[in-house]
Amino acid sequence: MLHQGYHRISYAFEIVTFYIRIRLIKKTYQTTIKISMTQIATAHNIVEIDNLSFGYKGRMLHKGINMVFPRGKITAIMGGSGSGKTTLLRLIGGQIKPNGGEVRVDGQIVHQQTREGIFQLRRKMGMLFQHGALFTDLSVFDNVAFPMRELTDLPTSMIRDLVLMKLNAVGLRGAHQLKPTELSGGMARRVALARAIALDPDIIMYDEPFAGLDPISMGVILDLIRTLNTALGATSIIISHDVKEVFSFADYVYFVANGVVAAEGSPDDLRNSHLPFVHQFVHGDKDGPVPFHYAAKDYKTELLTIGAN
Amino acid sequence: MAASSKLPIKLIKLLRNIGQRFTDRLWRLGAGVRLFALILISSGESFRRFRLVTREIYSTGVLSLIIILVSAFFVGMVLGLQGYQTLQTYGSSEAIGVLVALALLRELGPVITALLFAGRAGTAITAEIGLMKTTEQLSAMEMMAVSPIARVIAPRFWAGVIAMPILATLFSMVGILGGYLVAVPLIGVDEGAFWSQMQSAVDWRLDIVNGLIKSVVFGITCTMIALFEGYDAPPTAEGVSRATTRTVVTSSLTVLVLDFVMTSLMLKV
Repeated sequence: MLHQGYHRISYAFEIVTFYIRIRLIKKTYQTTIKISMTQIATAHNIVEIDNLSFGYKGRMLHKGINMVFPRGKITAIMGGSGSGKTTLLRLIGGQIKPNGGEVRVDGQIVHQQTREGIFQLRRKMGMLFQHGALFTDLSVFDNVAFPMRELTDLPTSMIRDLVLMKLNAVGLRGAHQLKPTELSGGMARRVALARAIALDPDIIMYDEPFAGLDPISMGVILDLIRTLNTALGATSIIISHDVKEVFSFADYVYFVANGVVAAEGSPDDLRNSHLPFVHQFVHGDKDGPVPFHYAAKDYKTELLTIGAN
Repeated sequence: MAASSKLPIKLIKLLRNIGQRFTDRLWRLGAGVRLFALILISSGESFRRFRLVTREIYSTGVLSLIIILVSAFFVGMVLGLQGYQTLQTYGSSEAIGVLVALALLRELGPVITALLFAGRAGTAITAEIGLMKTTEQLSAMEMMAVSPIARVIAPRFWAGVIAMPILATLFSMVGILGGYLVAVPLIGVDEGAFWSQMQSAVDWRLDIVNGLIKSVVFGITCTMIALFEGYDAPPTAEGVSRATTRTVVTSSLTVLVLDFVMTSLMLKV
């Protein structure tokens, strides 16, 4: 009797352990599949934005944005003023945290990183700011040398050579002794570009690189972006309003409007798009989904109202 | 009925306004304390690369020397004249040296130096940091994985803390020289009495060390206010201008209040 009872218990125990083993194998298998899928995606896309939402002071700027930035490609983000394009770059750089969703850079979720982790990620990035953001108390040479001096232990002679090489790439080797205040807008943007690529980053982010430039400077910057992307094998993310310029070299374009990706595709796809917003943006139509008039009361009623002010 | 219903609304609006202002001030105080803590945490680099601090000592301390020394000289001379006038009434004009020295070492040296520092170096710090923020230089630094607090803010903080006691000491020295020139060669007070009475009356700990403690506290306060105002300034021309004004007003008032508090603690009143 006792013997039979013992057998039953051991049989039941074996069934339970077998079940647990099966569960564990299944879980491991699923995890492996999941990890490999993520790794494949990460290997292809250096930056991934997944269901991102961000806002402040009660206003949601992004409401579930999804984007991917494949390695070695030039991807542009376009959209009207105030649509949160620059904020997207700040979210990629970890300068601000999202309210929901996530941004992954090289497979790592940016907002979950420690300060040191974010700094490690930023070492893979270079950023060209809208107006250059050059350090006004430093010369052109020192501006480009700044990240090398701060983040590496390279000897002075090597830093000198590297700085001159970077400045030569943007055509401003001869201006290395000048101060930022002595540069034109286009030259300042080129120096800032040399500084952004000082440490050969994997990702280069451009915030309105053509804003306020004359056609010649614009052409120079455009050519530099294209050349540097090919020469460095870097991934470029460009924020811009300039449809013609961006469509001439971008591999893929996202349109952001009302906090979501309103349209996406290759420049050719978007050029032929019949989506009202894309059509208005690409062709510069005065009125459309983005209205010409700011929301107001009825025109006639307002004019006829006596002493309204 | 309408008037009585309007009154509570006005009262509510007033209370809401006061509450809003109070929470804003509290928030700014918290942000200031947070920045102070971050500066202390990030100060390692300032001491490892001390040339960053020495460069700032030059722009905040050395470049403030002219205004500090000229002011000190005239303050000392005025003290000499006023002091002689009063002391002569009691027949103790030889004590003029004591009066000038104690007034400068205990109060005027640290306080006037701090006020001049806030006006000269403090405003420069606020405007510089505010403009760096406006022109995205601080953001650019952050994006390069370089901490602006460690690289820009902390060196300026330590430069201010080091420069202030040196400036206050120089202020007192030049002030005493000004008082001497008025009292001895101009008025004709006995030189021996001037210096010997001063030597016997001035106490190392009570007068000199306490004066130095005050100037260190003022150095921390003025530099911290200037840095915070610059770092917290809205990134517009108007924002930087308002921040610069706030630096002078807040620093001056804080210095005067702190001076009263420290003096009462030091005199054990």
